[in-house]
Amino acid sequence: MAYSEKVMDHFRNPRNVGEMQDPDGIGKVGNPVCGDIMELYIKVEDNVITDAKFQTLGCGAAIATSSMVTEMVKGKKLEDALTISNSMVAEALGGLPPVKMHCSVLAEEALQSAIADYKKKKGF
Amino acid sequence: MGRIYIDNNATTAVRPEVAEAVKGLLTGCYGNPSTLYCIGQEAHVEMERARDIMADALGAQREEIIFTSGGTESDNIAVFGTARALRKKGNHIITTKIEHHAVLNPCKALEKEGWQVTYLPVDQYGMVNPSDVERSINDNTVLISIMHANNEVGTIEPIAEIGKIAKAKKITFHTDAVQSFTKIPLNVNEMGIDLLSASAHKIYGPKGVGLLYVRKGTKIMPIMYGGHQERSLRPGTENVPGIVAFGKAVELMLAEREAEEARLLGLREKLWEGIKAKVPHIMLNGHPTLRLSGTLNVIFEYVEGESIILGLDEHGICAASGSACTSDALEPSHVLGAMGVPVEKTHGALRLSLGRENTDADVDKILEVLPKVVENLRSFSPIYKDFLRQQTVS
Repeated sequence: MAYSEKVMDHFRNPRNVGEMQDPDGIGKVGNPVCGDIMELYIKVEDNVITDAKFQTLGCGAAIATSSMVTEMVKGKKLEDALTISNSMVAEALGGLPPVKMHCSVLAEEALQSAIADYKKKKGF
Repeated sequence: MGRIYIDNNATTAVRPEVAEAVKGLLTGCYGNPSTLYCIGQEAHVEMERARDIMADALGAQREEIIFTSGGTESDNIAVFGTARALRKKGNHIITTKIEHHAVLNPCKALEKEGWQVTYLPVDQYGMVNPSDVERSINDNTVLISIMHANNEVGTIEPIAEIGKIAKAKKITFHTDAVQSFTKIPLNVNEMGIDLLSASAHKIYGPKGVGLLYVRKGTKIMPIMYGGHQERSLRPGTENVPGIVAFGKAVELMLAEREAEEARLLGLREKLWEGIKAKVPHIMLNGHPTLRLSGTLNVIFEYVEGESIILGLDEHGICAASGSACTSDALEPSHVLGAMGVPVEKTHGALRLSLGRENTDADVDKILEVLPKVVENLRSFSPIYKDFLRQQTVS
């Protein structure tokens, strides 16, 4: 099992890392027993995700996919952000080892959950 | 950037003296040791010298040493070979929950063939209780297989006491001594051992060679069939260069044992004290004293082991994790699980295993890098954030 250069880059220099003050939506997925927990925060203005940040406990792939998904959603309309799939995140990272694909699923779920949280708060 | 290799329980660097010993056999003395002409006989002599070294190291006789391809093969011959030889006598095996997979998986395979296997528990330090072994014996028990020292946490099991119990009940006793061989005292007679597995690459020899000690009179059958080599228990032309290298490695280990063990213990304790002083929320795994000198297994709470490994690797430090996300197996550590460590904590396990090439400067470097790596990972760990919030509230 080896990670791509891109995965290692996002692991070493995670983008958009940290907690967000007053986020419009929060997605929390995973659990300590399985060893991966991802929290994704989004800011939304006029139906567009203007900012995204994350906090993650997990392996290299979990941290890199969190970082990548925050990059991918920024500037996207909500409906477009919802089309981002786990394989798109993995692909953007130059691929993931097969045993690590579940980490990209976590990123997709965190995003879906953050958008759902935003919609719920807005009363959609 | 210099590399610091601190994963010596996984494998070790071949020593230059060992590599030198092999060279002549790879090119000059290449004869098949079963042949009668000179180069075959020379190879035979070299191989038998290695066999004598192994026998001396174990307090055994030369005829009791079977060379194999490594620890996994030795463990497989011990488990399947004994089961095959004794299946008319009984169908029960006693082992532990913390064995290497080279013992656990053969046992699981036998269960599918109708065998009964007792997997003994261990205490919080990874120690087996000999009275549990005694209590588990029944009329159908034909094999007890319990490791000498654990590969993940380094705990040294009470092998002599278990050997005594096995002997009294006339049950074959196998021990996987892959991690302990030549590192700590080992005598098959004093410890009542009938079968013992060891490997060269854990002690600065090459990969692909190991041994199985088989006490004279022990009922065991081959699991592979072919020629007459290794008393027909392990047929196939012997790996002469590997065997000679193994012999050289053992000779050197035994000559240096006392001084080296003391040195490793000093380095390990310095490492542990340093980590304890610099990093909060950690936990030591393994027995505080009855443990291999080079092994240090630590849980760092609120972070995941693989990310620590990757963080250390950036600084040229090669270590191992006991976590779910290691290598290709996504299983949490079965050893830490058996010791009662909650699964969410096992994910943060890091195994540092020191070896002969590690120096005081290596320990200093690790103590400089490791706390920063853990601190950085905790800085964006959601459960660490939650933990800190709870602290301020209460």
